[in-house]
Amino acid sequence: MAASNEGGRVIGEIDLESLEHSLRRPRTLFSAVMSLLTGGATVLALFPLFSVLYLLVTRGVASLNFMTLTRLPPAAMAPGGGFGNAIVGTLVIIAIATLLSVPLGVLGAVFVSEIGPDTRTAAGVRFAAKVLTGLPSILAGVFSFAVVVVTTGGFSAPAGGVALALLMLPTVLLTADEAIKAVPSRMREAAIGMGATPTQVVTQVVVPTAAPAMLTGVMLAVARAAGETAPLLFTALFSEFWISSLHPYFLPKTIADLMKPTASLAVMIYNFSGSPFDNQIALAWTAALVLVVLVLIFNVIGQTMAGRSAD
Amino acid sequence: MTNGQTNGALDYQPGNGAVHDDALIDCDIAELHYGKFKAVRDVAVKLKWGTITAFIGPSGCGKSTVLRSLNRMNDLVRGFHLKGRVIFRGQDIYATRVDPVAVRRHIGMVFQQPNPFAMSVFRNVAFGLRLNGYKGRMDDKVEQALRQAALWDEVKDKIRSSALALSGGQQQRLCIARAVATEPAVLLMDEPCSALDPIATHRIEELMAELKKKYTIAIVTHNLQQARRVADMTAFLYVDTSSGGRTGYMVEYGPTPAMFENPREEPTQAYIRGEFG
Repeated sequence: MAASNEGGRVIGEIDLESLEHSLRRPRTLFSAVMSLLTGGATVLALFPLFSVLYLLVTRGVASLNFMTLTRLPPAAMAPGGGFGNAIVGTLVIIAIATLLSVPLGVLGAVFVSEIGPDTRTAAGVRFAAKVLTGLPSILAGVFSFAVVVVTTGGFSAPAGGVALALLMLPTVLLTADEAIKAVPSRMREAAIGMGATPTQVVTQVVVPTAAPAMLTGVMLAVARAAGETAPLLFTALFSEFWISSLHPYFLPKTIADLMKPTASLAVMIYNFSGSPFDNQIALAWTAALVLVVLVLIFNVIGQTMAGRSAD
Repeated sequence: MTNGQTNGALDYQPGNGAVHDDALIDCDIAELHYGKFKAVRDVAVKLKWGTITAFIGPSGCGKSTVLRSLNRMNDLVRGFHLKGRVIFRGQDIYATRVDPVAVRRHIGMVFQQPNPFAMSVFRNVAFGLRLNGYKGRMDDKVEQALRQAALWDEVKDKIRSSALALSGGQQQRLCIARAVATEPAVLLMDEPCSALDPIATHRIEELMAELKKKYTIAIVTHNLQQARRVADMTAFLYVDTSSGGRTGYMVEYGPTPAMFENPREEPTQAYIRGEFG
């Protein structure tokens, strides 16, 4: 009849004391300890992240100025210089990779989750995509080297784009698949009940409703691809020059502009971080900072777009 | 009628309120199967122009199934097969050359759970118009549909904001507005108030009385009093477990006052007395 741990209080009577916070009560104590534990784990998990960011900002900000963002990489002993061409190259390669992987991934997801969800093809595609997420990125580079570099006869931005697209594709497909599955079936029913054809159901209701979540997947994939170095090393290679020989130099104007070795931030960081020259090492830090900021900008744009399309 | 097992529908006698000849939908379902499972048998009703027909009965009696076969929503269920006919404006909608998509554009549906799209109020209502390639002034049509659904005054200032922000009752009226925007001939309502509170339910019922001036309505409801309040004709469905499975069939069908005051069949009497449900 008495709750033992509350000091012999009688059931039916309310002991006012027991309503107050007390760490002596085992439940309260347990709850407090668990809150502390989760909080501590969060701090621990964020610590490496923030220490990297701190390092990047403190080391990178020193050479960050208009010149570094707009000049070409400096030669070995030369002072100054920048990595304008690498920023442009990264953007071009990412754009190519996105243009390749997003339509393929989204259409593939539409098939897998809407058109033939129970078919063997769908099961195979899902399995393959899951396996591909674990693909070592250097193999994506090998694949693109064999398929694009060898056949087109040289290193190029599209070759880098294909390698990165291969890395982005499974992420895009699997997140789009999940996003489509999360669209409530009663919305499909509503559209069908209004006389929408299966195609209209997909294009007018399912994909627009799933779009914000799909975009999150695309952003994750872009963020991962933007930092990849290995797949670019023998596909896009690197270039000391601007992407175009005509003014404005940062704008590719012909196919030929694209079909030659292309600079990227990731490869530049890789090259310069091992350099014996202080100027190049400093630029590598700054380039790393710029790369992180670029990914951050992509994310913010993505989130804003996702927020808008929900209206 | 002597035997509740045969069926009440074919036994329906003219002259007690309904007119046979101007039926907009003439539904005569002999058997309705999902794969090997016989879900419904012997349902025959006629939806007269400008009336409300209610389907009542205990859970599992197949009343929603019957309603959903009136605009071929059941085609989405694997193994669905219907023996019988559903004549809409002189044409059997189950004839092989009929496109179910076209049928659904004439026979609209409102579902149990409010199911607006994750878009603005405006785009929800305009959805059906756009599907049909409507070229006129969209704003006018949307306003008109929202007024018909008695929702305009509440949403006119937030027409561009998300429909998902509306209350449950407002969402359901939005779904009605969406359905009537394309001016279908028939509106099927599958327990439209079961997820709503009494005040929202009352509004929908008022709305139905208004809508039947323009549309022919069929409603499935769990709520007997609702059927009594809104319906001109009522069909009572019951479950037959004699053959092992659970097969719904129509026990009785007639004008609502007669159904509630003088039900002829024993199961109907018991159900209306509230002995089960």
